[in-house]
Amino acid sequence: MPTKPETLSNDGSGQGGGHGAGRHENVLDVDDLAVHFQLQGGALSRLLGLQARVVKAVDGVSVQLRRGEVLGLVGESGSGKTTLGRALLGLVPASGGRITYHSASKGDRRVSEMRGAELRQLRTDLQMVFQDPHAALNPSMTIEEAVGHPLVIHKIASGRALRMQVAEALERVGLSPVERFLSKYPSDLSGGQKQRAVIARAIILNPEVLVADEPVSMLDMSVRAKILQLMLDLKQEMGLTYVYITHDLASAKYFCDRIAIMYLGRIVEIGPTEEIFANPRHPYTKALLKAIPEPDPDRMVPRDLPRGEIPDAAEPPLGCSFHPRCSEAVAGCGWESRDLRALLEEHWTRKLEAYDDEKALIGDLDGLDRPSTTAKVGKGGAGEVRALLDRIRAENPDEPLWSGVRGIEPAGNGVEVQFQPADSPQLRRAGSVDVACVLYPE
Amino acid sequence: MTEIVEDRVTPVDAPGATVLEARDLRVWYATDRGPVRAVDGVTFELHEGEILGLVGESGCGKSTLGRGLIGLLPEGSARDGELRFRGKDMLKLKPREQHAMRGRDLGMIFQEPLTRLNPLMRISEHFSETLKTHDKSISKAEIERRSLEVLRVMGIPPTRFHAYPHEFSGGMRQRLMIALTLVLRPPFVVADEPTTALDVLVEAQIIRILHDLRANYRTALLLITHNLGIIAEACDRVAVMYAGEIVEIGDAREVFSRPKHPYTRELLRATISLRTTGLNYIDGAPPDLVEPPPGCHFHPRCPDAMKVCATRHPVLRQHDGGSTAQCWAADLADGLADDLTETERTPLPREEIAVADEA
Amino acid sequence: MRNLLRQIWNTKGLARWILLTGTIITVVFVVFALFAPWIAPFDFNQTRDASGVKFEKLGSPGAGHLLGTNDQFFDIFSRVIWGARTALEVVLLSVILSVAIGVPLGLVSGFLGGWVDRVLVFVMDAIYTVPYLLLAIIFAFMLNDKLGSGIVAAALSLVAIYIPQYFRVVRNTTVSAREATYVEAARAIGAKPTTIMRKYLFGNVVQSVPVIGTLNAADAVGTLAALGFLGLGIQPNEASEWGYDLSRALDDAQAGVWWPALWPGLAIILLITALTLVGEGLNETLNPALRRRRLRKVQFTDRVRTSDTEEVAPR
Repeated sequence: MPTKPETLSNDGSGQGGGHGAGRHENVLDVDDLAVHFQLQGGALSRLLGLQARVVKAVDGVSVQLRRGEVLGLVGESGSGKTTLGRALLGLVPASGGRITYHSASKGDRRVSEMRGAELRQLRTDLQMVFQDPHAALNPSMTIEEAVGHPLVIHKIASGRALRMQVAEALERVGLSPVERFLSKYPSDLSGGQKQRAVIARAIILNPEVLVADEPVSMLDMSVRAKILQLMLDLKQEMGLTYVYITHDLASAKYFCDRIAIMYLGRIVEIGPTEEIFANPRHPYTKALLKAIPEPDPDRMVPRDLPRGEIPDAAEPPLGCSFHPRCSEAVAGCGWESRDLRALLEEHWTRKLEAYDDEKALIGDLDGLDRPSTTAKVGKGGAGEVRALLDRIRAENPDEPLWSGVRGIEPAGNGVEVQFQPADSPQLRRAGSVDVACVLYPE
Repeated sequence: MTEIVEDRVTPVDAPGATVLEARDLRVWYATDRGPVRAVDGVTFELHEGEILGLVGESGCGKSTLGRGLIGLLPEGSARDGELRFRGKDMLKLKPREQHAMRGRDLGMIFQEPLTRLNPLMRISEHFSETLKTHDKSISKAEIERRSLEVLRVMGIPPTRFHAYPHEFSGGMRQRLMIALTLVLRPPFVVADEPTTALDVLVEAQIIRILHDLRANYRTALLLITHNLGIIAEACDRVAVMYAGEIVEIGDAREVFSRPKHPYTRELLRATISLRTTGLNYIDGAPPDLVEPPPGCHFHPRCPDAMKVCATRHPVLRQHDGGSTAQCWAADLADGLADDLTETERTPLPREEIAVADEA
Repeated sequence: MRNLLRQIWNTKGLARWILLTGTIITVVFVVFALFAPWIAPFDFNQTRDASGVKFEKLGSPGAGHLLGTNDQFFDIFSRVIWGARTALEVVLLSVILSVAIGVPLGLVSGFLGGWVDRVLVFVMDAIYTVPYLLLAIIFAFMLNDKLGSGIVAAALSLVAIYIPQYFRVVRNTTVSAREATYVEAARAIGAKPTTIMRKYLFGNVVQSVPVIGTLNAADAVGTLAALGFLGLGIQPNEASEWGYDLSRALDDAQAGVWWPALWPGLAIILLITALTLVGEGLNETLNPALRRRRLRKVQFTDRVRTSDTEEVAPR
């Protein structure tokens, strides 16, 4: 494993990096950050003045980026990892909470309150590498123009000096001989070469922090390792700090010092890489680890994986967001009406022959779609609906949903199922990591 | 709670009858610069209830091969060689007969399920249309019975049968696509990167569904992917493609634990997995398939290249352990190429590959 | 730009012929316009020859006047040549002006979004819904007081019709291009909104402008003639204009005097056709959805392989 620059402590005796005094142990402090997006409804709902739905892309995230480390943000799509990465650069505005940048040379700055010119100035210190190198380059700019543009924008160099610095940056990322690439357009380069150009553009301003959003996932597998190696080399040479956003735990394991596992806008587990992999605690982390397809011929297709997919972020599950998919769920996870719907549908998928009769008894399921800890079902008589639910329960008595049921009361022609309400679990210390799961209480 | 898809998977017995057989199959397509030799002479067989993984870098021709087997090719492309489905050479059939085989005999699962589903049609209508295309007299009850049965195997509840495609999540849509392909029970199915657009956990669900097809339907499946992990987990055999050719093919376990071809070996080394302790990569980029390099197409990037590799094209040969590879160095190592002269055996001086000559 | 020229040069098949024919005819008219004083034997408002003898009214085509004279004693051949100059001046002026206004407006509107965008889209759509000839007539009337009835006034009354077309196309492409990763990348390196619009969006959203420009030019020729025909365009003493001449000639045409109507009419039709051909040809070339390349059929060559070793069929 290539050596990673040590995390520097507060004594200020920092070597490498070329940044001056006044260093703080952390480069970035994120405190209870929220990024919410208003969903534009359809034309009809806007005409009717219906309330716009809010997606909580990042919802109450606190994390520290330590100087010189590689922090991994790992999660599936919709986990909020990309939004968090963008918020660090101020590319998306924070709806709540604070982001503080402890600049090595310019003191503390509040990213979450910056606007306009101040924010643009910040980009000389915080930079980004994008997932799709082809889309990240302007198709009508040559590589020389594209890589040199940050220097032009910030009026740092022009003319010969500009050319020199562009050549140096291209040399640094391995695009040499430089003359071969200067006048090329993005469409003339291969995927790996384009990503090198994107990296060159990001490092030309000599930033402190690089946010890399899935930098290798769109590249061919023969070249992924090469680009990761380049990033590690650059980190060494330039004293960079990385935020590495990925869905790929395997590359995160190799690349990161610390890893934050994200699910539906929250960090569910965060800790040192070795600990996360050696001893995963959150059921979601365990599931991710089990699901990675490993090129190991002795491995079989994993079978006991979470069902379903990441739910709608505009209406996340009550309680713990992961509970509907969790294999270790318990009574206090926040069971609710939509889980009952899923349970019924699952039952019918298994027992297709009983579907027509039982569906008639249960009636329409759409009433269960509104998140609630009470769920009214049935139209064929309270007693019969109750009996059906009991039968379904008997089929699989270990189903954790039932443990979360406080009571089933007759209501009209059906029953009302009452669930035990629960809050979303907070990150809590467990060993050397922090986990947000009811299984790891205070 | 765990996944609801069927868990009883009957163990697969010895491979059944040959379903598909390609001999020296070539698929070229036209460009203004001349024909692109996307598939240039591949030979393999696929049996009932067997999953063959097809792996390679992008641009190696694996997608073209997949589409070429089904006959879904862009205008200006042509096929040559032999392609037998249950003994019958499909390349000799009339276009109309070939068309009739698609869906019924040859199924295809695509990467982007949403683009293949009509947003204005309910799921039930999709099934009804698919089934009626191949059997006009099928009854409504029969359509529903067969559709719900295949949806059950895919883990889609019957309550969703009349929903529209946009009401489903990405993984559900891919299950729908698989269900729509399988409802006709084709003996042979090509799945082209079926999980690339999906999340890790959903990917694992879909891979398991595909893996179980051979038990549930005795389907012969060609699984195209760039993910070696998926091949290792789900496939019985694996074919490694490079520059339009299958350079190595054999039992997945054998190929992964004892790769014969240097390309297979390097590809495995370059893959970042949980066990990765150092970064490796293959220098250089795949060749231009309009004018592939002479001799072995891999020789400019090959760490084992000998002088013979730059002049003479290697031949597919069976090696110890049962896998087949086309590589002079592997032949030599296994004592299969004793006729090579001393000069032919000398290492090929590597041409300088610039750092950035890469894929 | 580099790609544009290369694409045009590489056009094949029907599109190439359309483009070529259109360009050749257009070039002929451009030559007429540029060299009118040398090609035309008389001035556009000349009614007497050098010795002061008045031309014959409605003189038939012949030795003195190649295409005859019309009811205002003008030499028809000279009027047609000078008319080309008028038409091209008006067309150029109106297209350049509407591009210069419509494109930046669309870019800004699409990039900024919000209420600026909504207001602009509303105004442009409102203009767009009015029949264009009616609009041109209204503007011609309004400008008549201020600018008279010359070339500038005619061009300006056309500009208003065409701005919305550029605005719409550029605005819509900008709205989708705004979401591109390279625009976000530009923000991430600290580019100002104006820089993003200038350096990142402009070059990528003006791709369809040449096509609209040429088609608008064709349309402008027709509209200009229509204004002249109605007597609202350029007056005969200001410049030679085909539409006006055509309207003067119609009465005589019924009496069997065909030549004063034929030539200006023919000129209008030819120029419109030529510009339309150029526009359609460009569209076929630049629009990938319409572009169809002719590919040579694949010919399989016999494989060159070493024959000294036997092939082994895999399992």
